Amino acid sequence: MIMYGLGILAFSYLSGQWLGETLGHLLGIDANVGGVGFAMLILISLKTWFEKKKWTDFEFGINFWNKMYVPIVIAMSASQNVKVAVSSGFLAVLAGLIPTVLLFAFFNVLIKSFNKN
Amino acid sequence: MQIFEKLVDKNGLVFAFLVIAAVVFASDWLAKNVLKNKIPGSAIAILAGLVLAYIGGIITEGEKGISDIKLFKGIGFMGNSMFRDFAIVATAIGASWAVMKKAGMLGVVSLLIGVSFFFFVGVLVAYIWGYRDAVSLCTIGAGACTYIVGPVTGAAIGASSDVIALSIATGVVKAIGVTILTPLVAKRIGLNNPSAAMAYGGLIGTNSGVAAGLAATDPALVPYGSLTATFYTGLGCLLCPSLFYLVLGWIL
Repeated sequence: MIMYGLGILAFSYLSGQWLGETLGHLLGIDANVGGVGFAMLILISLKTWFEKKKWTDFEFGINFWNKMYVPIVIAMSASQNVKVAVSSGFLAVLAGLIPTVLLFAFFNVLIKSFNKN
Repeated sequence: MQIFEKLVDKNGLVFAFLVIAAVVFASDWLAKNVLKNKIPGSAIAILAGLVLAYIGGIITEGEKGISDIKLFKGIGFMGNSMFRDFAIVATAIGASWAVMKKAGMLGVVSLLIGVSFFFFVGVLVAYIWGYRDAVSLCTIGAGACTYIVGPVTGAAIGASSDVIALSIATGVVKAIGVTILTPLVAKRIGLNNPSAAMAYGGLIGTNSGVAAGLAATDPALVPYGSLTATFYTGLGCLLCPSLFYLVLGWIL
């Protein structure tokens, strides 16, 4: 049933976002802390639980949105403020790119050193 | 023509589906026939999206890329954070709980390293550029985390509006840089398994950059990277105007 899957996804999303907003509020900051992450964990737990109960025909409603992810990201890219990134001066470009490039350069080392521990 | 415009205006989201489908089709064709599958079609499509956003910005002087053009406003709706986050949550359906648990500690550590690293390198760049006051340095450093951490921090510690604008621009540059660089370097840096994706999400953090970067690299990795990245902005908003600001004042 497509609508059950969609309902489960909507429930997970909203409860996760609610947790994230509440956590941000409790920490006294003006931001959602981990709402999407909590929602994902809720969805995975629900899925595991339903599968144990031998109920799996809800997954189609969720899979559609799973597959829609890339097209949505393309639309998101097309509505980014790219102009400000290009035209806001050299400092923004340097402060945005230097740490990114450095991090990519050290990514391998970081992962390896972590796996050793 | 007037009928067409009215039709699109009334059905913006559906028209956006058609436009994005055309972008995907053209990108896949380009990837297959011109680039011989060396770069994935989705990476080209996302890059094409950025180019469209730039064109939109030039034409309208607006902030929302191509979606500031009235005809394409549905694209802004399709790509808004609600749909993006909803789809990201849906990707968790294909994720493995066991893998997430195993790499959980790696995720937490990478978050702490990621936020601190971007903040302090950002501060260093601004310092070399000539900024000397703790408030401006802190705001620009926070902008190097994400374009949300920047203005939140700037507002909290009382930065001037041009420094706040600069911090937003820094965060946007980072998100776009991550989007473009990730699929190019993924193989070389070993970003090809779930635990590496979790570390990547925590280290890089910026939601839209991670989302687009992983989509262009391998959609199967998206849930793992997004899970950690989702805590990054919150952690940045928590640490930058408080602990990091104090440390910065202490150093200067």
